[in-house]
Amino acid sequence: MAEAFIYDHVRTPRGKGKADGSLHEVTAVRLAETTLRAVQKRNGLDPKLVDDVVLGCVDPVGEASGDIARSAAIAAGFGESVPGIQINRFCASGLDAVAFGAAQVMAGQKDIVIGGGVESMSRVGMGASGMLPAVDPSVAIPSYFSPQGVAADLIATKYGFTRDDVDAFAVESHKRAAKAWEEGRFAKSVVPVRDVNGLTILGKDETIRPNTDMQTLGGLKASFAMMGEQGGFNAVAIQGHPEVETINHVHHAGNSSGIVDGAAAVLVGNKAAGRKAGLKPRARIRGFASLGSDLALVLTGPVDVTEKLLARTGMSIKDIDLIEINEAFSAVVLRYLQAFDLDPAKVNVNGGAIAMGHPLGATGAMILGTVIDELERRDLSTGLVTLCVAHGMGTAMIVERV
Amino acid sequence: MKLENFRFETDSDGIALLTWDMPGRSMNVITEAVMAELGQVVDHVAGAEAIKGCVIVSGKEAFSGGADLTMLQGLGGEFRKLAKTKGEEEAMAFFFEASSRLSRLYRKLETCGKPFAAAVNGTCLGGAFELALSCHFRVLSDSDKTRVGLPEIKVGLFPGAGGTQRVARLMQTGDALQMLFKGDQIKPAQAKAMNLVHAVVPRDKLVETAKEWIKAGGSAKAPWDVEGFKNPSNKVHSPAGMMIWPPANAIYRRETQDNYPAAKAILQAVYEGLQVPMDLGLRIESRYFAHILQTPEAAAMIRSLFISKGELEKGARRPAKVPPLKIKRVGIVGAGFMGAGIAYVSALAGLNVVLVDRDQEAADKGKAYSHKLMSDQVMKGRAKSADRDALLARINATSDYNALKGCDLVVEAVFEDRAVKAEVIKKVQAVIGRRTIFASNTSTLPISSLAENFERPSQFVGIHFFSPVEKMLLVEIILGKRTGDRALATALDFVRAIKKTPIVVNDCRGFFANRCVLNYIREGHLMLAEGVPPAMIENMAKKAGMPVGPLSLNDEVALDLGWKILQATKKDLGAAAVDAKQEALLKTMVVDLERFGRKNGKGFYDYAPTGKKLWPGLADLQKTKLVADGIDRQEIVDRLLVVQALEAARTVEEKVITDVREADVGAILGFGFAPYTGGPLSYIDRMGTKAFVALCEKLAAKHGERFKPNKLLRAMARKGETFYGRFNPHKAAA
Repeated sequence: MAEAFIYDHVRTPRGKGKADGSLHEVTAVRLAETTLRAVQKRNGLDPKLVDDVVLGCVDPVGEASGDIARSAAIAAGFGESVPGIQINRFCASGLDAVAFGAAQVMAGQKDIVIGGGVESMSRVGMGASGMLPAVDPSVAIPSYFSPQGVAADLIATKYGFTRDDVDAFAVESHKRAAKAWEEGRFAKSVVPVRDVNGLTILGKDETIRPNTDMQTLGGLKASFAMMGEQGGFNAVAIQGHPEVETINHVHHAGNSSGIVDGAAAVLVGNKAAGRKAGLKPRARIRGFASLGSDLALVLTGPVDVTEKLLARTGMSIKDIDLIEINEAFSAVVLRYLQAFDLDPAKVNVNGGAIAMGHPLGATGAMILGTVIDELERRDLSTGLVTLCVAHGMGTAMIVERV
Repeated sequence: MKLENFRFETDSDGIALLTWDMPGRSMNVITEAVMAELGQVVDHVAGAEAIKGCVIVSGKEAFSGGADLTMLQGLGGEFRKLAKTKGEEEAMAFFFEASSRLSRLYRKLETCGKPFAAAVNGTCLGGAFELALSCHFRVLSDSDKTRVGLPEIKVGLFPGAGGTQRVARLMQTGDALQMLFKGDQIKPAQAKAMNLVHAVVPRDKLVETAKEWIKAGGSAKAPWDVEGFKNPSNKVHSPAGMMIWPPANAIYRRETQDNYPAAKAILQAVYEGLQVPMDLGLRIESRYFAHILQTPEAAAMIRSLFISKGELEKGARRPAKVPPLKIKRVGIVGAGFMGAGIAYVSALAGLNVVLVDRDQEAADKGKAYSHKLMSDQVMKGRAKSADRDALLARINATSDYNALKGCDLVVEAVFEDRAVKAEVIKKVQAVIGRRTIFASNTSTLPISSLAENFERPSQFVGIHFFSPVEKMLLVEIILGKRTGDRALATALDFVRAIKKTPIVVNDCRGFFANRCVLNYIREGHLMLAEGVPPAMIENMAKKAGMPVGPLSLNDEVALDLGWKILQATKKDLGAAAVDAKQEALLKTMVVDLERFGRKNGKGFYDYAPTGKKLWPGLADLQKTKLVADGIDRQEIVDRLLVVQALEAARTVEEKVITDVREADVGAILGFGFAPYTGGPLSYIDRMGTKAFVALCEKLAAKHGERFKPNKLLRAMARKGETFYGRFNPHKAAA
């Protein structure tokens, strides 16, 4: 079997996903195009060598509709020969897009692919493509469907995380992200979004609040209490985990992932094609896995999928130097730390989506890049990236530097 | 046209009046013949040029109660017969055809090209209201008795003759689902507000209003058949739909624990139906209806909650040779919580009540309870203050036993103490006539022994009410060894008068209901002692289908009472008769910690004005604690149901229960035994006696002798018998 190498990766800065966000004037295809162009240009890659562009996008409707991967490739000037495919596994789409491309490389069917993702949450809107698993009774009922915030609160309740615990984690995320920017740790991979004249529209992540503290967060009201009670979702959550008497609602906008716009691209290929194109591999993909997990908890997939992937690769959690787990909600990461008894100093060392935001379809590719950059900076070897996924799933990938 | 169930006449304006008036019945009901005749009428109206339209009205006091559920039951039999001879697929095709016949008939009426109007007085429910919904105009009388609604869900079915589709096209989806889930009977004004009907008029203007509507050119097209029709909540897959469906699905689960397939089918039929035109929506509804008709839940619920309940209410157990009694005056001794409740329900039924207690103040306090309940009704607009005054005038609260003279029946509801009861029996006996029946509302003392205090034991009977009396639908009638037929008949006639459902059981410790309930509570105690998380015990009990968890229930009836019963049992039957672990738990709670339950604000729960929460100290009482994720949830459910069902089977073996219908109906109405099962014996029958015995044995090996199946069950398992087979109540009656 061929091996899949990561040759490079780039991402846009993450712009606040609202009308007053800096990227609100930029179309989704433009965001994706920015990263495709950057990764192609800075590697002097002949676009004709790209066998496929795979982009994750969770709400592929409106301006993100009609296979945005092909559209972005055309807009980036890759030419008619480069196909594209858009995929969706909710929040893990960006990582799954890389895995999707890598799998075809490993299977020997493609030589060079670009995986990545894009989401313009400010322009398309979260949920714009609907959410069948919440709507169709034949799916929603056996799925114990509840909004993710309620599920995150269930995780906090079941595993004993207090409001202080989840807030403290959020404060730390902002601190780490601010420090990472201060020290230029993202400089290698963040490409500014520019206008047609080359003027920078946004060059830096926009939602980090370095000064946020427990007191500020403590003033925020739990977001999902009313919805959980009146919508019947608390009862659903408890039916999934009947040892819980009442849901302790601890999550709010300040300890959940931010809504942002952004895109990412990861250049993947086999050894021979890379060499031929004059590329230098930065990391090798050891393996990846996805699975379905507890439907009522929704967001504990990372624990299960990590176990699955470690077993598949014959590795132990101790073999992993750095971990990036998407900060969908504080409790998701806290549960992950608890389940593997991890040292927090190895996990999300440069902050995460609570500070910098979670552009749904793109995040997986972004944090894959983050872990590679940081392995290089610290001169470490092995990294693991994982994301929780709506409707009770999880995806993970292990990479090692070469 | 040859009509037997309808009269059909056309007036000079060319408007037909179809009067539904079935011979030999007090209430119209939808039968095969009714469907056939209605089909003819629709064809006739559609084809006759001179007829402008048709008004449907009832010739009876009420419109109709809906479809004949035994007809639906019959379909199941036909299906099984056909399946054997012609195979599953052909049988299913027949079944689908037959079960969707009413729906197709109504659609034919709706699309026949001539306007139909329904003019409704009195109750109009289920399939009958679906008929009205398929008419192009609906007018209700403003009578107090007029009610419309789709109550199918209450017997494990759902409206399968267009109800889900038409209701969901008449109002916002959320409101439609709520109406279909609840199955409430709706008053005229509310029905109008909900857009279910077009007009509400005085009864004598009903037909006139309907005819006027046709004369004025009423359209023969339902709104959904007019081009450009939009659902009231617009598209299912839309931002508006996102506000409706996720909570609807969640609330379904919250309310049903996913135990009721019919409720789920309502969701699915509305969800799918609203995305397609009416004809397809109806076909989708029919597909789910045929499916739901075949579920064991529907079969069990129709049998217990409709057929058996109805039979028991109509006197299935009443000794036929005793002529019907008209009870006019009832005496109640003891004006405490139970006595006051019995006085209220009796007065509410129009009976004259003598409410006696040891002094005037105590008696007045009991009467004040009726005042309070009626005032609540007045406040809610459900009664008028004149009703309250009339009801209170029927209650004579007094300390004078002489007032009991002339009562047809005297019920004592005094303190559960032999000496106190004996004293009361003596006092009552001294004043009542020789034909007066004496009833004891004891819940714990055997009737036969209480009857020894009475001169005429054949006129002594137990009438066990459940608390709170005004809410609980069941009454347990207990026959002492010497209770005679007239006492039983009087008790049954009284229960019928106050509109409750009776079951008749033979005397024993705990009678029927409490025996099962005590087992249920004990199982909760033992799970707690084993280390099951307390919330899990309570939540899995609800998943099993019980209305409240065993710990919560114990808090309601009081832990110290449970402790006293346990001590009494130990005294009477020996230490082996009680479970040592349960005793230890109750001792800690009651004796050491004085946690008595809701009554002193602390039991298994802590009670605060904001609500109740499980007492955190329970964790300290658990020597071992089981990890929630490792617990077999199905086993928790099984234990909670099996321990009750097994007790019910024992009462059959001991002949405490002599009619299987009474165990099932009594368990559902008396203590809320998982209604979807149809009751504890139906639960065993559905599982199969053999499988049930095997489950008991498995549980006995793991959790103790209390799960050991009794002799009767083992014998039935060997022979492959069911309760409704071996003890067929209809065969016994015939």
